[in-house]
Amino acid sequence: MTTATARISRPGHHAAKPSKDSRSRERALAWARRAPLLPALIFLILVTQLPFVVTLIISFMNWNSLSPDKTAFAGFENYVTVLTDPDLRQAIFTTILLTVSVVLISLLIGLGLALLLDKKFIGRGLARTLLIAPFLVVPVAAALIWKHALLNPTYGLINGILTWVWSLFGSATAPQLDLLSQAPMMAVILSLVWQWTPFMMLILLAGLQSRPMDTVEAAQMDGATPWGIFRHLTLPHLRQYLELGGLLGAIYIVQNFDAVFTLTAGGLGTANLPYAIYQTFYFANEYGLASAAGVVVVIGTIIVATFALRTVFSLFKKEAAR
Amino acid sequence: MSTLTPAAPQNTPPGPTALNTGRTPRRGKTRMDPTRNNTAAGIAAWLLALLFAVPVLWMILTSFHSETDAATNPPSIAANLTLDAYREFFGETSGVSPWPSLINSATASILSTVLVLLLAFPAAYALSIRPVKKWTDVMFFFLSTKMMPVVAAILPLYLFARTVGALDNIWFLILMYTSMNLPIAVWMMRSFLAEVPEEMLEAAQIDGANLLLILRKIIAPVAMPGIAATALICFIFSWNELLLARVLTGVVAGTAPVFLTGFVSGQGLFLAQVCAAAVVISLPVLFAGFAAQDKLVQGLSLGAVK
Repeated sequence: MTTATARISRPGHHAAKPSKDSRSRERALAWARRAPLLPALIFLILVTQLPFVVTLIISFMNWNSLSPDKTAFAGFENYVTVLTDPDLRQAIFTTILLTVSVVLISLLIGLGLALLLDKKFIGRGLARTLLIAPFLVVPVAAALIWKHALLNPTYGLINGILTWVWSLFGSATAPQLDLLSQAPMMAVILSLVWQWTPFMMLILLAGLQSRPMDTVEAAQMDGATPWGIFRHLTLPHLRQYLELGGLLGAIYIVQNFDAVFTLTAGGLGTANLPYAIYQTFYFANEYGLASAAGVVVVIGTIIVATFALRTVFSLFKKEAAR
Repeated sequence: MSTLTPAAPQNTPPGPTALNTGRTPRRGKTRMDPTRNNTAAGIAAWLLALLFAVPVLWMILTSFHSETDAATNPPSIAANLTLDAYREFFGETSGVSPWPSLINSATASILSTVLVLLLAFPAAYALSIRPVKKWTDVMFFFLSTKMMPVVAAILPLYLFARTVGALDNIWFLILMYTSMNLPIAVWMMRSFLAEVPEEMLEAAQIDGANLLLILRKIIAPVAMPGIAATALICFIFSWNELLLARVLTGVVAGTAPVFLTGFVSGQGLFLAQVCAAAVVISLPVLFAGFAAQDKLVQGLSLGAVK
């Protein structure tokens, strides 16, 4: 990455005098530079930006595909419905709760794990590999395992372990949990925290390992306590990485569909916005309403993404300045 | 590619400037507190690692149990191992084969990855080696498209596919996956191409080497591992994707995750089979992910963390 700065301003190559000839040549050169970029750029605009513009348009329409003759301009009606309909309002609330809790919990556990894995111990590589595994199971498969193999009230592993532990103490009546129907939100959060903690750990570990060690050594020499070093050196250095992990995690988790779909099928107040939107257009055929809800998600994401972009930008600048 | 112990002290001296990647050079010294706390940290880390791995290990173990052994409370860890669940999953008795969906997933993941690489490489080249003006703005435009939730665009895509008859067509899904992974690929590849030493490029130019030769002899050797990692990550994301596949495909073009959703409401006695299905469908990702674990973070963090 040493050469990035040189590239930002790379003046050397064609710093010719601005004669007419060279100006047109320069323009041709600029296009030659742009050309390799265009296919990707145009493709992306067509496939991601254009559909969103259409979503925006549909969001202002009354459009249920089951009664096409009633299709008409609706103004802000859909948005009012999104914000007042109890189910959709619940979905907004669920999305926020799910995202915030999963991000915070997995960041905290991820930080603890990263700090542990930053130290040297026997089999660290293998421990790290084991820790990454949850992140590598296909999300639907992971959700299925949580639903059927771990949380199932009659034969799931968690209740099985409870039975086993209680039997060790001679009790035949172990407490049995049924998270999926008693506390479905907790079940979804649990499975997502399990899947996302490795991601947070990996980002924070990368942050820890980019920490300049000379200041730490100097602080140690001056007799700083481990807590003091963590509080005043490690944590400030990790701040950007914590932000990055949190914000990227938020962007991915806001969009979560697989866990909600698989674990609870949106039942019992666990439907987040992506799931609610999927239902609204796929089963209820309310195209206008689904689009308005989609736009609401985008507005929410833009708010989060603005912070995310700033964080990525600062890391990016740091990298470019090296 | 997979460095399992990235914290290992890098003893390489700062060395020839062109190849110094700019990371803090670590002296031969070990990291802080070489002796203190490490045993305790090791034990704690191992316990937590095992705790996190239990669901995965349990999934693998259960997939080798018979259905009756799988569905017991308390769990029967010492039960006999059998391949029954795998036989069942591959449709020996039910006649429902997972192969079409696995093949669809492989097709969609591999072809979209190839398309992504074909589009992203020139773009990354234009953003790093011969950067266009305002290249950072372009980078952030790419990034911003990744931040838009899929649900915000899925209805128009669905309507478009339905209108042109592209529903349940694997090619349409391939295009969607290409657009889904393109921003990440551009970000990752830019950072890998930026590692190609400037001096070597200039020297080659002075020697009169043409673009193809420069690509082959100078850029490829430096950037190849990164490009391979980018490809693996795009593959993983496409393989994992559910929402688009669920909405845009059905009977013919359904992918493996869509096939898995058939087990969502699976009743009782199919636990071993559910686990076998989860294992089979996760295997490609587990392999690819372990191979590229360092680059995985870089990909997910859009190249911001190295």
